[in-house]
Amino acid sequence: MVPTSYYLILSAILFTIGVAAFLIKRNIITVFMSIELMLNAVNLSFVAFAHQWHQVSGQIFVFFVMVVAAAEAAVGLAIIIAIFRTRNTLNVDEIDLMKL
Amino acid sequence: MNTSLSILRILPEVILCVTGALIMLVEPFLAPTTSRKSLGWLAVLGVLGALVASLYQYQLAPGTAYFGVFQTDPFSVFFYVLICGIVLASLLIALDSTSDSTSGLGEYFALACFGATGMLLMTSAVELLLVFIGLEISSISTYILAGFRRKSAKGPEAAIKYFLLGSFATAFFLYGIALIFGATGTTAIYDIAAKLGSSQMPLLAVIGLGMILIGLGFKVSAVPFQVWTPDVYEGAPSPVVALMSTAPKAAAFAVLLRILYGALPTLHAHWVPIVWWLAVLSMTVGNLGALRQKNVKRLLAYSSIAHAGYILVAFTALSADGIAAASFYTVSYAAMNVGVFAVVSHVGGFDDRLTLIEDYRGLAWRSPLLGGAMAFFLISLIGIPFTGGFFGKFYVFSAALHSGFIWLAVIGLANSGIAAFYYLRVATAIYSKAPESSPIASVPRATVPLLFALLITVAATLILGIVPGKILGVAKAGAATYPSVNASAPETTAAGR
Repeated sequence: MVPTSYYLILSAILFTIGVAAFLIKRNIITVFMSIELMLNAVNLSFVAFAHQWHQVSGQIFVFFVMVVAAAEAAVGLAIIIAIFRTRNTLNVDEIDLMKL
Repeated sequence: MNTSLSILRILPEVILCVTGALIMLVEPFLAPTTSRKSLGWLAVLGVLGALVASLYQYQLAPGTAYFGVFQTDPFSVFFYVLICGIVLASLLIALDSTSDSTSGLGEYFALACFGATGMLLMTSAVELLLVFIGLEISSISTYILAGFRRKSAKGPEAAIKYFLLGSFATAFFLYGIALIFGATGTTAIYDIAAKLGSSQMPLLAVIGLGMILIGLGFKVSAVPFQVWTPDVYEGAPSPVVALMSTAPKAAAFAVLLRILYGALPTLHAHWVPIVWWLAVLSMTVGNLGALRQKNVKRLLAYSSIAHAGYILVAFTALSADGIAAASFYTVSYAAMNVGVFAVVSHVGGFDDRLTLIEDYRGLAWRSPLLGGAMAFFLISLIGIPFTGGFFGKFYVFSAALHSGFIWLAVIGLANSGIAAFYYLRVATAIYSKAPESSPIASVPRATVPLLFALLITVAATLILGIVPGKILGVAKAGAATYPSVNASAPETTAAGR
């Protein structure tokens, strides 16, 4: 039997990889994928904790996270298409019309 | 469980949802050349219905509905009325600044209704699952609204920046929920507070608290999570900015109050210093950033960062007065900020023709009503007496002082002084004489929806500034719903910085 902490460590590693990729990667699609990785890392945590506490609510949470991630993907990809149509690029460094 | 009472408790959300769905259903049946503005008036009707339903909820006995995921109490009703009011005003602003040929207007009004549903759910949810769903309903709607001018270069850019950073923040918020679930075994806000004391893993809860603060920090644009704010406010249409600079923030502050005071009051030794720093950084960076802006929308974006800082000041107070002050400030900020954006949206139009401070030169001579209203809101944003902004700041800083945060109040007051510079810069531009060929001469006359929007916001700012007692009383009734602040007097807070 694998202890719960292993899952939690894996989840933390996946989440960190997602954060790092979000900050490092320059292509919008890849940046978006790294957010999905973060969400799935959280899902793993939820399932692990649900198992540990014998509480089904953690697993239910995961279903809702998946639904929301799907809705977010639909909107996100639509925005990415709009970006590509107006700019002909998906590089975040070139989407800099407004300066910080 | 009493089903009919449960339905009464979510009646505002139901009305808004049905209105939004109705608009989406009717829209395809209208001929392509027909004006979509009638749908906007339908949305206004729906929001008015939700407003009435929210006011009705005030006399319901406080209680939960639908298996305890959802709680109607004076606190939630307070934010319901506020959010409905903001959405109402922003719809009227949109009706004023859009033209009949603006494409996709039907979706605009529907999305505003759906977004409002999510924000309402956030403020009344006492189960983190529902908080998360409400947050996402409101966020996804505002992502689309931010990129509404999809043919322009800045529209999609604003939307993608808002979307990527917003989703990034959501992931942090979720991870925080997961860790708190791991520490306590529950996601019900008031159960968390009860179980946290006997938790085996308090460290998990502390890390979760940090993650939640990062996630909500992005949503309320507190420094250092504010980077998206100026760009998104510049690129999004002004009526949308009027909505998203106030309503989702009000909802996020309500969630923050619920989580910090409802779920995690025992961890206050950890979160008070963090919030202290967030408040100081937000006020300072927001005000200093605003000083060097030439674009009015970017200036107001930095000002909204600073105002988020003022609201966070009240969070540190750890008292019912602090909660009431934060709620009161949210209302007064909403009234004056929506008002400013009503004028900005009318002057600039839906496609932002005039946005520089220079462009506003002579506005008061071109239209005394618009110029006067804008100057009034700017004065309120500074915090001059007889406006809502003054009492907002007064309650926030006195709450901080009562809890012993003298330095926080001093820094806040110094910041209010800095803020006066840039607000007055805009106000003097409005009242100075314009050159002959000034673009301000092309600003159209105010329309009926705009007059209504200005009436609502001016009246709200004046009432908050002259007779604040009544609204503060409701805010205090809302604050009294938190058992944590009434039971334990803040004993360790005076030891803060």
